[in-house]
Amino acid sequence: MKYFIPLQILMLLTITLKSFGQFYDDPKSHDCLKCHSQQTYAFHNDMMDTEEKRLMNPYLIIDTIRLRTGVHQNFDCTDCHSFDYTTYPHAASLKLEPMMTCLDCHAGDESFAKYEFEKIDEEVNKSIHRQSFGDNFTCSKCHNQHYYSTSARTSSSVMEIVENSNAMCLSCHNDMKKFSLVSGELKSAIVDIHDWLPNQELHFKHVRCIECHTAVEDDLMVSHNILAKEDAVRRCAECHSSNSLLKASLYKYQNLQKRAEDGTALGMLSNESYVIGSHQIPILKTISLIIFFAALAGIIIHVIFRIIIKKK
Amino acid sequence: MSSENKIYFYPLWLRIWHGINALGIILLIVTGISMNSGFEDSLISFKLIITVHNYAGVIITLNYLLFLIGNMVTSNKKFYIVKPKNFLKRPMKQAYYYAWGMFHGMKAPYPLSEKRKFNPLQKYTYIAAMYLIVPLVIISGIGLMFPELIFNKVYNISGVLITAVTHSAMGFFISIFLIVHLYIASIGKSPLDNFKSIVSGWHHV
Repeated sequence: MKYFIPLQILMLLTITLKSFGQFYDDPKSHDCLKCHSQQTYAFHNDMMDTEEKRLMNPYLIIDTIRLRTGVHQNFDCTDCHSFDYTTYPHAASLKLEPMMTCLDCHAGDESFAKYEFEKIDEEVNKSIHRQSFGDNFTCSKCHNQHYYSTSARTSSSVMEIVENSNAMCLSCHNDMKKFSLVSGELKSAIVDIHDWLPNQELHFKHVRCIECHTAVEDDLMVSHNILAKEDAVRRCAECHSSNSLLKASLYKYQNLQKRAEDGTALGMLSNESYVIGSHQIPILKTISLIIFFAALAGIIIHVIFRIIIKKK
Repeated sequence: MSSENKIYFYPLWLRIWHGINALGIILLIVTGISMNSGFEDSLISFKLIITVHNYAGVIITLNYLLFLIGNMVTSNKKFYIVKPKNFLKRPMKQAYYYAWGMFHGMKAPYPLSEKRKFNPLQKYTYIAAMYLIVPLVIISGIGLMFPELIFNKVYNISGVLITAVTHSAMGFFISIFLIVHLYIASIGKSPLDNFKSIVSGWHHV
């Protein structure tokens, strides 16, 4: 009897842990994933009374490993997709039905209030993406709802944040097929367009595309008003200055900001990204001013003595 | 070569090197400070400042080779040789002269002659500047011009940070050197005498 309560707690914990992402634990026995996680799928053709095996459309194959680590790992497919998809063959009309949108869940919910999804929606509406492509430009064009995971506010690595953010842009801007879906053009010549940018590779690895291509919005974690290319930042000094634009964008996250502004020797040394002109190191500044004024004072005192001696 | 109380200290190649170096360093200091302090609204555009700094840096680097080769092939190198005897005492004596002695009728402890172009303090400073600080500023400058050459990280420290801080710090020391160098040069027969010497090549003793 004395083990009864601890045993109950242990059972409860086991159940809780098990329920975490339980839908995708065994894709082969999941109603949707048994087909949608495979290259091929098999079904019984009632009309012909035959067993058939076909190739799965590669765009409809889900990466179950990434799905298990995404922010929506605790949701089942039919939480967002129509329940009617549970029957096969899927009804043709399902393709024409409106899909669930992100804001159906994320808007107007207290628990998401701090992320300001309504504000994000307003910003997206102003952006060149929505202006040019209308309502077809949905959140999921950048944020893959199956695999999305946060890094901007959680990671302490600038490189990781930059890589994840830029991957979103490049998923279309570096993919001819996806790019043509919204632009009609077949080629997105990113390297050529950014030919003017010195040390292009270094910039692409250390700053996000959105640093130059969005209007800074102080209220939002990530600015969503993507500007037309004519309005993108082209002046080096916008970032490479003491009043750097990056402080209002990339370095505004608390996880990075603390280090970016840390002028102590330790803070300086743990800072993996250094922006010339923007990251002033206060301690070195102070030391250099002391040396400068000491030299100047020495010279002035020496001059005074020389003048005095000469007059004598 | 000497005549009366004049010594031909500065041969033509040295004066050309010195002239290019002086102009280049001044340009580098001005543009360097401008970039590092991030003045956004300077008279000249940020891009032009970078271009000027890069070109001046390349010229100074090539000019440094002239200095090295010149010192290798001419007898000028002998002025940079340090004697181990009284290694610290000699420059201290010179410093004492500058700070106290010259105001109290003391004669210069190391008067310049055909054999001695620099006093000990001068010699040490020039060696540190030309064989330590300038090479460091050149190497770190090349690193910043071609950042892909820089190590990404040295232990956990950004390679760009180390390179940029080294470049700025060495640039700063060169600035201080320039100020002191210009001032000490005014301690001659007359305040402008040494400046005339570096143009004509002849030094009054």
